[in-house]
Amino acid sequence: MSADLPLAQVPEGFFTERDPEDLDCVAQGGFCPDWILENFDRYVDPFFQHVYLTVVSLAIGFAIAFALGLLAHRQRWLTGPLTAITSILFTIPSIALFLLLLPLTGRGNTTALIALVAYTQLIIFRNVTNGLRQVPSDIVDAAGGMGLTPMQTLLRVEVPMALPEILAGLRIAASTTVGLATLAFFAGAGGLGAEIESQINFKSNVVVAGGLAVLLAAALDLAVLGLQRALMPWRRAVAA
Amino acid sequence: MTELAILGDFVSAFEFIFESRESRAGTVQVGGLEEFGQLTLTHLQLSFVSLAIAVAIAVPIGIYLGHLGRFQFLAVSISNVGRAVPVLALIAFFIAFVGVGFTNVALVLVLLAIPPILTNAYVGTAQVDPDTVDSARGMGFSEAQVLTRIELPIALPTIFGGIRTSAVNVVATATIAPYANVETLGIPIINFNVYGGTGQLAAAIVVALITLACDAGLGGVQRAVTPKGLKLAANPSGAPKRRLFGLIPRRSVQPS
Repeated sequence: MSADLPLAQVPEGFFTERDPEDLDCVAQGGFCPDWILENFDRYVDPFFQHVYLTVVSLAIGFAIAFALGLLAHRQRWLTGPLTAITSILFTIPSIALFLLLLPLTGRGNTTALIALVAYTQLIIFRNVTNGLRQVPSDIVDAAGGMGLTPMQTLLRVEVPMALPEILAGLRIAASTTVGLATLAFFAGAGGLGAEIESQINFKSNVVVAGGLAVLLAAALDLAVLGLQRALMPWRRAVAA
Repeated sequence: MTELAILGDFVSAFEFIFESRESRAGTVQVGGLEEFGQLTLTHLQLSFVSLAIAVAIAVPIGIYLGHLGRFQFLAVSISNVGRAVPVLALIAFFIAFVGVGFTNVALVLVLLAIPPILTNAYVGTAQVDPDTVDSARGMGFSEAQVLTRIELPIALPTIFGGIRTSAVNVVATATIAPYANVETLGIPIINFNVYGGTGQLAAAIVVALITLACDAGLGGVQRAVTPKGLKLAANPSGAPKRRLFGLIPRRSVQPS
């Protein structure tokens, strides 16, 4: 009876084709190109989780900070209080903020996203208000003279003029968020940081997971630059 | 009901700081002022050493390059690159390739602290009005006098802004030093199995308070070193600013 049961399936060549040197390399926690090629798929899900955390918090963070920036531009007295609040949020270390939020929102994506959104606020808010303030008053006056309402002036003249500064803020926020998201595993949200932490002594692991984070930051930076070119066809993108 | 439970979490976290209790497995005593005091001390020592070395390296180089007004690309892009490298990856990289211990972690923190200080020292010195420098030369100032009596005082607030940014970063990042066997306040955060959620929360509270204190303290220093003339230029009427929000001046920070 037992003879009919198949043995546990083992890939063909499992016992013979392993390079002993490669096994040694992994056992010593070294940098092993073969191991990386074989195990690369274990980084795919954490990578996309990292992309999710970064992109979602940037989108929400930008929406909030942009709205607050426009509001503070119209109601100048709000600038001080809003800068003060976002500064304090910004100063609290991310690990501490993730943990401080745990009793309130529990482990998972929500906690991570709230903290990451909080960190984008100061950068984007400040760049939006600075950008709007730097629009020459002559241009604003001319817009008024042409019969534009203050709202039309804001949306059709001031915001487009301030775009380079606003998008420079988005670029800084993007690379910062990628870095902070590597600590999101403290909030139970996974990402590339969880991979780094799981085998922090294994060189191959550290290089691949850390390298992917740097590549993601570079890719997002290029994406925002691309957006800048697309949104401002009248002007070549300027480096931040 | 849930509000009370949340409040209870924070209350017991505060108790954890002041009174020791049994670990989750019940084998050792954890928490309490003595342990937290020791962890905080190591945390501050590590942060201070790293920041002092970074200041000693980055301030002279930044000022010198700013005085020459050259290598702007280098001084500014270093901090852009620095931002993209996650600190966890940086520490993990050092643990895996260089080794663990106080010296290695201090080295990582120095690397982390240099870019904002260097950039601010550069920008602070380079942004000094060329006319001001010219008139100083016209009055017979030597090159060294221009640097020490004109450029440096005008640049000081910006330089201290960079130091402040880095100090906050370094204190925050020292939290992950236990991965490299340095016993900072990250110990209760990382060893969840021993300290539990309450210990994690307690350490998070202490770390957050230290960074906020550090930021406020260095913000005070930053205002104190601002030359009177610059303060007047920013606020010509000489009228005192509104206190509440004047406490938090503008600066370039970087979350950590």
